[in-house]
Amino acid sequence: MDAPETRYAPPPGQAAIVEALKRGDERTFSDLVAEFSPSMLRVARTYVSSRAVAEEVVQEAWLGVISGIGRFEGRSALKTWIFRILTNIAKTRGEREGRSVPFSSVGGREGEGEAAVDPDRFLDAGRWAGHWTSAPSRWPELPEEQLVGRETVGVVEAAIAALPEVQRTVITLRDVEGWSSEEVRNALDLSETNQRVLLHRARSKVRKSLEGYLDGVQT
Amino acid sequence: MSDQQLTCEELVEIVTEYLEGGLSDAKRERFEEHVVVCSGCANYLDQIRITIELAGRVTVDDLMEESKIELLAAFRDWRRE
Repeated sequence: MDAPETRYAPPPGQAAIVEALKRGDERTFSDLVAEFSPSMLRVARTYVSSRAVAEEVVQEAWLGVISGIGRFEGRSALKTWIFRILTNIAKTRGEREGRSVPFSSVGGREGEGEAAVDPDRFLDAGRWAGHWTSAPSRWPELPEEQLVGRETVGVVEAAIAALPEVQRTVITLRDVEGWSSEEVRNALDLSETNQRVLLHRARSKVRKSLEGYLDGVQT
Repeated sequence: MSDQQLTCEELVEIVTEYLEGGLSDAKRERFEEHVVVCSGCANYLDQIRITIELAGRVTVDDLMEESKIELLAAFRDWRRE
């Protein structure tokens, strides 16, 4: 722990959290469960067949955290450690269910060949080829209560729910939960390019749904 | 890299790479120059930013209450051991 070579610096406050967990502090444990479980469910969902199995996987992962915390030495972020436990369990469960591993095989290719914006929206010939035929509108001019209203958030939620599983997980972790791209790549074992492509496809589709809704409302 | 300008159709495909800070300096410059003169693409970039902002307001699926209660009980048991 006091090796001078250690380059890894745990996030501020982590030592206190780990200490409290080892001491058996219930509040710390339930805070952690509340903080991480939604993301854990989402990640688990990409490996297993149903919501119910994902719930079991997350529970099992927490039991693994409880039994392993005494040996956690803080050489990685607690979050990284917890998600490693989770993905190991989820992968095993998925394999037992006969599911193929989503990322390395199909997952990385999810969404390849899809345009972010319908090609019909661009001129296809002439001097202005590739330029907008119908340009996107200025959303900030919409009334605030409409733009950020509950109904609009509902449209985003539905659009995310309709995405292919891996895209859905990437956008949920990045944009809903606010993870960094590095955290997402680690938890899902994705290359930088794959992470970005999946995020790009996901955001593009959600934007498109929003456009359909907001511009429909506008006129 | 050629001097050729970025089209709108190309720009919408690299918007994520731009926001992730993954573009080369030359490509980033072309991106930014384009957005300055093209209101359609400026709006598009805005729309993507708003999309990200709105996604941050979505509530996510959580564990069932019973599961949380069971986990807390397991944590308590572990402490007693």
